[in-house]
Amino acid sequence: MKALLKSPWVFHLSTGSCNNCDIEILDCLTPRFDIERFGMLLVGSARHADVLLVTGIMTRQSAPAAKRVYEQMAKPCVVVAIGSCSLGQGIFKGSYNAPIPVDEVLPVDAYIPGCPPKPEAMIAGVVKLIQKLQGAK
Amino acid sequence: MITDREEAIKLIEQKFGNRILKSFRKTKKRLYIDIKPSDVPEVVGFIFRDLGARHNISTGIDTPDGIEILYHLELDKALIIITVRTLLDKMKPKVPSVAASITAFDWIEREIHDLLGVEFVGHPDMRRLLLSDDWPEGKHPLRRDFEGI
Amino acid sequence: MAEKRRTIIPIGPYHPLQEEPEFYKLFVEGERIVDIDVRIGYNHRGIEKLAESKHYDQIVYLIERICGICSTSHPIAYVQAVEDIMGDIEIPERALYIRSIIGELERVHSHLLWLGLAGHFLGYNTVFMWAWKYREPVLDIFEVISGNRNHYAMLKPGGVRRDIDDDAIPGIIKILDDLIPVLDMFKGAVLDDPVLAARLKGVGILSKKDIVEYSALGPVARASGIEIDVRKDEPYAAYDRVKWNVITQQEGDVFAKAVVRILETYESISIIKQCLQKMPKGPIDAELKDIPPGEGIGHHEAPRGETFHYVRSDGTNSPVRHKVRAPTFMNFPTFKASVIGERVADATIILAAIDPCYCCTERMSVIDRKSGKQLLAGEQLIKLSQERTKEIARKMGRS
Repeated sequence: MKALLKSPWVFHLSTGSCNNCDIEILDCLTPRFDIERFGMLLVGSARHADVLLVTGIMTRQSAPAAKRVYEQMAKPCVVVAIGSCSLGQGIFKGSYNAPIPVDEVLPVDAYIPGCPPKPEAMIAGVVKLIQKLQGAK
Repeated sequence: MITDREEAIKLIEQKFGNRILKSFRKTKKRLYIDIKPSDVPEVVGFIFRDLGARHNISTGIDTPDGIEILYHLELDKALIIITVRTLLDKMKPKVPSVAASITAFDWIEREIHDLLGVEFVGHPDMRRLLLSDDWPEGKHPLRRDFEGI
Repeated sequence: MAEKRRTIIPIGPYHPLQEEPEFYKLFVEGERIVDIDVRIGYNHRGIEKLAESKHYDQIVYLIERICGICSTSHPIAYVQAVEDIMGDIEIPERALYIRSIIGELERVHSHLLWLGLAGHFLGYNTVFMWAWKYREPVLDIFEVISGNRNHYAMLKPGGVRRDIDDDAIPGIIKILDDLIPVLDMFKGAVLDDPVLAARLKGVGILSKKDIVEYSALGPVARASGIEIDVRKDEPYAAYDRVKWNVITQQEGDVFAKAVVRILETYESISIIKQCLQKMPKGPIDAELKDIPPGEGIGHHEAPRGETFHYVRSDGTNSPVRHKVRAPTFMNFPTFKASVIGERVADATIILAAIDPCYCCTERMSVIDRKSGKQLLAGEQLIKLSQERTKEIARKMGRS
């Protein structure tokens, strides 16, 4: 838990999003926002990650794959749902290909609302989560 | 590639005159042609190959009269979109595949097969494109009688 | 003779960078790719069905969320399809200019985004960071105009939703002017770099015949010498009121596609500036009558090629059918023509060149067909691509 708080490595999982949350997550890495200065790093494999960022509505086809990705992660880990779609399916509610919301497939720890959330909002969300975890330690 | 709009329409009418069930010029740049399902590969092939059209996309619609398939073909330099329409039987929608001879129709025929259950006879590679692996056979979300799975 | 050993490389469906999940399988013999297969559907959200349950104004918000990168190209095509149904509607001049401005701003930010990611795959991470850094001011312009960095919600049938404030125009022009030297820098970095030329020229070639056969679109077609651009061929919005050129290249390789995108960005900036200066004063939307039964087609040249919308109305508040065709749907299958016969190390950049969902490549892994054992994992494939660039640089004595 201690390592998780100091330098959380994140893995990004799109479960049927419109890319917008995804490019905003990437934006966090680039010079204007640069979350790497806090030790956060976007990694290429779920096995290396402490935080799972989920975007999108969780389509029928991606639900089993998302579950598998979560199982591959080293525990303890946290799951953050980003954007309106992963919070409550947003405008896609009622679609035949979106049977269940994200938080019924994965145990979500934090929700960051917005369509898409601004990079500042994402950073604030992750900071809040870390503070909460510090309190729970 | 043909560059004259009226010339293109004349060529189509000359070649398929009596086989065109109905044609409708919505505006100068939009032409709709109705044909029989069995004529589809020939008419679409002629517009694509001989007139040099680009395949924009095909669409399937579940209408009260049957399943309608539309092939939108665009002649870029002649500034016209020709839509070839055909009506299929609702119980057994079947149409000869265009993808058998033109690659550009490959994916969209797979998609229409997924969403509307139309059978494209002679399609080289009819596998599922959009729906998930665990989607039940015989359910097609864009049909009017679809009520969820 | 011993049977050649074939290996399958599955790519995806999950990738850490961005865009939709997709699943590719590359079949390789040694270093060469012999076949490719794609499985999509991870991102299928049933938008066409949802559109049938929304009314015409709501659909703009729905289709904006098809894609976050070209989130205004779908609405532009859609509103034109609805206007095509209505036939004789007159759109105010100022609205047409604003549509063009938004459409072109989107092209600038999308091409910069592509450039950055392409740089990342080649091992030029500086390009990635710089391209994304200089993309931020463009997003600032969007924020000034529409109030949001993405998903601008600017379009509606009959006009646009928001006006551009006259006071904001000098600031926007200044940001755009500042982008020109940045583009010059990128142009120099790509066109004059011998390493990049060695790495990208002659790789992933699409011939004119391939483009016609697959009906490919946009920068992909233009890089192979086929001059199609809806903005020129069937002008809409304000594209016939400003001066600009269609950029084409003849080679059809990855390098040509990069050149087309960089040069197009200059044209876009020029279009935006001309539009901002020529934009007349006046109303920004027309009064709409009821939408009559009928069908309409609308299209727009999105950053990746032509977006095509077909809408059929039965006279009620919602369409009977709304067909959406994104450019990647036609450009995607060209992989079969461009990737086969190339090296595994080049696969990432060839897949990226079409600008579909390059990021899938980060989740590539090589699996031996016989043993099913994983030989190469996600990042290793990108590393492979980056190392090849280094190797070329070393040979040229530039490292």
